[in-house]
Amino acid sequence: NVFKRFVEIGRVAFVAFGPYEGKLVAIVDVIDQNRALVDGPCTGVKRQALPFKCLQLTDYVIKVPHSARQKYVRRAWEKAEINKKWEESSWAKKIEARKKRATMSDFDRYKVMTAKKMRNKIIKHEVKKLQKAAAQKKA
Amino acid sequence: MAEGDKKKEGDKKKEGDQKKKARKHGSRNPVLVRGIGRYSRSAMYAPVTKVEKKIKERAPAKVVKTVGGDKNGGTRVVKLRKLPRYYPTEDVPRKLRSHGIKPFSQHRRKLRKSISPGTVLILLTGRHRGKRVVFLKQLGTGLLLVTGPLALNRVPLRRAHQKFCIATTTKVDISSVKIPKTLTDTYFKKKKLRRPKHQEGEIFDTEKEKYQLTEQRKADQKAVDSQLLPLIKKVPQLKGYLRSTFCLSNGVYPHKLVF
Repeated sequence: NVFKRFVEIGRVAFVAFGPYEGKLVAIVDVIDQNRALVDGPCTGVKRQALPFKCLQLTDYVIKVPHSARQKYVRRAWEKAEINKKWEESSWAKKIEARKKRATMSDFDRYKVMTAKKMRNKIIKHEVKKLQKAAAQKKA
Repeated sequence: MAEGDKKKEGDKKKEGDQKKKARKHGSRNPVLVRGIGRYSRSAMYAPVTKVEKKIKERAPAKVVKTVGGDKNGGTRVVKLRKLPRYYPTEDVPRKLRSHGIKPFSQHRRKLRKSISPGTVLILLTGRHRGKRVVFLKQLGTGLLLVTGPLALNRVPLRRAHQKFCIATTTKVDISSVKIPKTLTDTYFKKKKLRRPKHQEGEIFDTEKEKYQLTEQRKADQKAVDSQLLPLIKKVPQLKGYLRSTFCLSNGVYPHKLVF
């Protein structure tokens, strides 16, 4: 039980590089050792062959027969609410956070710095209080 | 004759239509046979009625000047329009090496698109390096007029060089701020007062070694800052931002930063 996510019909994958970078697709069929027939009707990816190398598997699988038409892939995708689940996943949230960090301006960085400082101050204050209380209890 | 009538008609028409444009005419050369006209090219070219040419008064080409001294004829004839003393060998003379080289005062001053009045700049050189500062306007020599404001980061009204500033995307709305017209390059220029009239060995102390703060500078600083500070206070956290300095730390790469 080393591997938890498998390439299977209906597996939702994240495209890591190439023209469809950052989009989700469903594996509809396997062409050969390196390529899969892939379709992303709800994410704007046309039905095509993509190499496995650029696909990163996610936890989601949709129930779809192999080589199913785009209409049925779309239906299964919407039924499983893949887009909504993806937005809520920490993977997608981390990508979003990275993007935000990259477009931060100098002023934004200052605001983040002051916010962190304030937060840490409050946390340290509470920790110190608890430590003091624990030390007093011991004594 | 046919031509005579034509001419008279032509004259009448012209007299009548003096205010209007001259009417277009056909060929005044009657056709004898197809392809052959009555008058030759030169006859057509010459005007029918001789026009009396006005003799223009030409400026004199030569002047007779008297000459002093004995036995030399007493006068000389001097040409007023002399022939050139030099005929160049090229049709278009070669341009001087300094062609198109303008003096500094006439240079074209450019301003980066990212810098506009009210932009927060990060100074990179000078004693105020790392400080964040508000840009006011570009001066005549191309340098940027900049102020701390003084109360926030001790940067007075000062000139900064465009090349040694990072322009951030943060902007303050400066449209209501009136900058005194006296703030020009000559106002900020460093004063030199070295007059070693008596060079007695070691006199390295010049009269103005240390910078003296004048009352006018203080007044101008107050005038500008009093308009700026309320605008800065309106933006949350901008005051603290201008008070802080910029620095790089681990994992911070300037080429990846968005300013």
